[in-house]
Amino acid sequence: MPKSSLIRVRNLRFRYPDGTQALDGVAFDLLPGECVAVLGPNGSGKTTFLMHLNGLLSGEGEISICGIPVQKNTLPEIRQKIGFVFQNSDDQLFMPTVLDDVAFGPLNLGMAPEQASDRARRALEQVGMQHAQGKAPYHLSAGQKKRVAIAGVLAMEPAILVLDEPTTFLDPPGRRALLELLKTLPQAKLLVTHDVGFAMDLADRAVFFDQGNITATGTVEHVAEKCGWR
Amino acid sequence: MHIPDGFLSTPVWAALDVLAAPAVGLAVRKTRREFDEGRIPLLGVLGAFVFAAQMINFPVGVGTSGHLVGGALLAYVLGWPAASVVMTAILAIQALVFQDGGILALGANVTNMAIVGVLVGYLPFQLWGGGGATARKIAIFAGGFASVLVSALLALVQLALSGVPMPAPIAGISVGLFVVSALLEGAITLAVVQAIETINPGFVRTAGGSHRRGATIVLATAVFLAAVGVIFASAHPDGLEQLAIKTGISQRATNLFATPFSDYEAGFLQSAWLRKAAAGLAGLALVCGACIGFGRVVARKRSA
Amino acid sequence: MHHAVIERWSQGHSFLHRRDARAKAAALLVLLTAIATAPGLPVAAGSVYFAILIFGFAAARVPVRGALARAAAVLPFSLAFAAIAAASGDPARAAILPGKSYLSALAVLLVVATTPLPKLLRGFEGIGVPRFLLMVGQFVYRYLFVIAGQAASMRLAASCRGGFGKSGSAHKTRFSAAAGALAVLFARSYGAAENIHRSMLSRGFEGHFHLLRNPRFGPADWTFLLSSVAVAVAVRGI
Repeated sequence: MPKSSLIRVRNLRFRYPDGTQALDGVAFDLLPGECVAVLGPNGSGKTTFLMHLNGLLSGEGEISICGIPVQKNTLPEIRQKIGFVFQNSDDQLFMPTVLDDVAFGPLNLGMAPEQASDRARRALEQVGMQHAQGKAPYHLSAGQKKRVAIAGVLAMEPAILVLDEPTTFLDPPGRRALLELLKTLPQAKLLVTHDVGFAMDLADRAVFFDQGNITATGTVEHVAEKCGWR
Repeated sequence: MHIPDGFLSTPVWAALDVLAAPAVGLAVRKTRREFDEGRIPLLGVLGAFVFAAQMINFPVGVGTSGHLVGGALLAYVLGWPAASVVMTAILAIQALVFQDGGILALGANVTNMAIVGVLVGYLPFQLWGGGGATARKIAIFAGGFASVLVSALLALVQLALSGVPMPAPIAGISVGLFVVSALLEGAITLAVVQAIETINPGFVRTAGGSHRRGATIVLATAVFLAAVGVIFASAHPDGLEQLAIKTGISQRATNLFATPFSDYEAGFLQSAWLRKAAAGLAGLALVCGACIGFGRVVARKRSA
Repeated sequence: MHHAVIERWSQGHSFLHRRDARAKAAALLVLLTAIATAPGLPVAAGSVYFAILIFGFAAARVPVRGALARAAAVLPFSLAFAAIAAASGDPARAAILPGKSYLSALAVLLVVATTPLPKLLRGFEGIGVPRFLLMVGQFVYRYLFVIAGQAASMRLAASCRGGFGKSGSAHKTRFSAAAGALAVLFARSYGAAENIHRSMLSRGFEGHFHLLRNPRFGPADWTFLLSSVAVAVAVRGI
């Protein structure tokens, strides 16, 4: 397997305290510049898999991000490298204003407040939301919230973006705008979605999760066809 | 039960502000020892939950309904220090954004509902909640009941101390209303705790354990406060009446105008309660009985 | 919803909106104390305070009539007490109770209508309120918008099925239906809190909130604070 994988996962196993075997020997690689769609039924282990990538959960097996093994002492570095955009933007936009929220990550990286707000402003510009910096997140539309949530992650200057069901609360124009935005972002992406059309438009390939393991890989069309996933 | 500004005399509100500030400070320190800042969202979101719970009405018969106040419930989930912090935050937001309770009177409202109300709500659970299933149910009910009753009585006493006129019949009615709303809070708290535990038994804390001594001290303090309140009330029936009116009316005002949700079903506490005014005198007897019972329990705990 | 309206008012750009939250918080406390401690609150002083507050709303371009109506939330409570006071032969108190409580509510409303709540809460940090408590308050307020929305939709869903708030024959069932609804709301809130915590950790949170700095307390803020204090105290002497 190529050494340059941004995400490298081998033989990952995880069992919840209630005994459910959520991950059963997963192997996965994400290469620089790639966008990979993660498909599969609810409860197949997709979210559990994601939560291992930045150490929110830890099971058995090997995971490394940009060559750094995911373990307790590397977590600050790992969490800067891999940015998570959560399904529900309300869970991610918890600070009182858009600017405070986008600066949250940079401040955690130890940046001075002035630098952090500069970084936040730049990230907001990148997603086209610089006009909203003084607003309260709950006054934004779903599409705007998603953009701000992405800005909050971009402000950490990550190498990888992980997007969990980004289209859930979006109307068709919001969905289209998100697609355009994501296409402009140079980071490698991991896209978990039920929206196969969105995955086809954005992802280079797909993996299919079922019962805690990857059961198919290939182009999005191929995987969707093979797994009856349309 | 939120006292607005302009009602308490300066010595009363100032003394209670001075009393509440270090008490809240202590609660914050104890909370920080137990929860790191990463748990602030949990405290905040559960605060928002208690706030929003006002929108869910519980039928109590004769066409009326009530809602959860929540101090005791929060204490069962978060422990008393964190519950006090959350209730303080809620009261501050109610005072600022909803004009429900005053700013200078915040010390009084925090003392009544966030400090004493939460402690008194937590105590029965802490003392007996670790026992059998029935004892636990009774403890949960008693916590909700005591929490609301003691907060309301304290408010009544503070108003009376401030010289707000309170004729005896009105005080009697108010106490009756307090007892009814306290019973309702006990019932709602118990029903909600049971429903929460069917979803996930881990949500509610395990009662008993290491804090028993502290709990006993707090219970003793609460009994003392309640006793002072009752003695005061019986010595100054006028004051008591006034307190009752104030509290009952405040509930009404809250329902009609000051809740965050204007479409909230108003009128339950007020008119129906007033119609039930006959229960007032019985209520007073009940309060005295509860206090005596509490005192006996404390005595037994001490001798054990 | 009430808080959404206040929130909208607080987003303005007037002179009052632009003042530092600490200046407004401090001025508010002084004004409230002046009102509360004024013995008897003469009609003249009360009217001047009232006029100043009205001027404040108008200057901040907050709808005056709406503000007056919202501050009236305290009136049913105060008027009832006033009626009791009047009935028990204390007409002076009967006049003072509603007067003081209404003026105080109006003053609080003026500050809240010109200062977004999170800023105001941070302003209180300058007066020594623990940041931990203020952060909890900030989260309560932030998620009130989310959880109240969920509660509203649950209530709607319940009323489509006959509601749990109305009395009826099966009233025990309705009671436990309401308890069940609250338990679901509780579990959702708890789940949301856990997701928020995860999203904080994912952005490098290591146990401590680092905040952007408060803006500088400028000369205009000093001027505003000192003159409000002077006016509040002077009017009290009328």
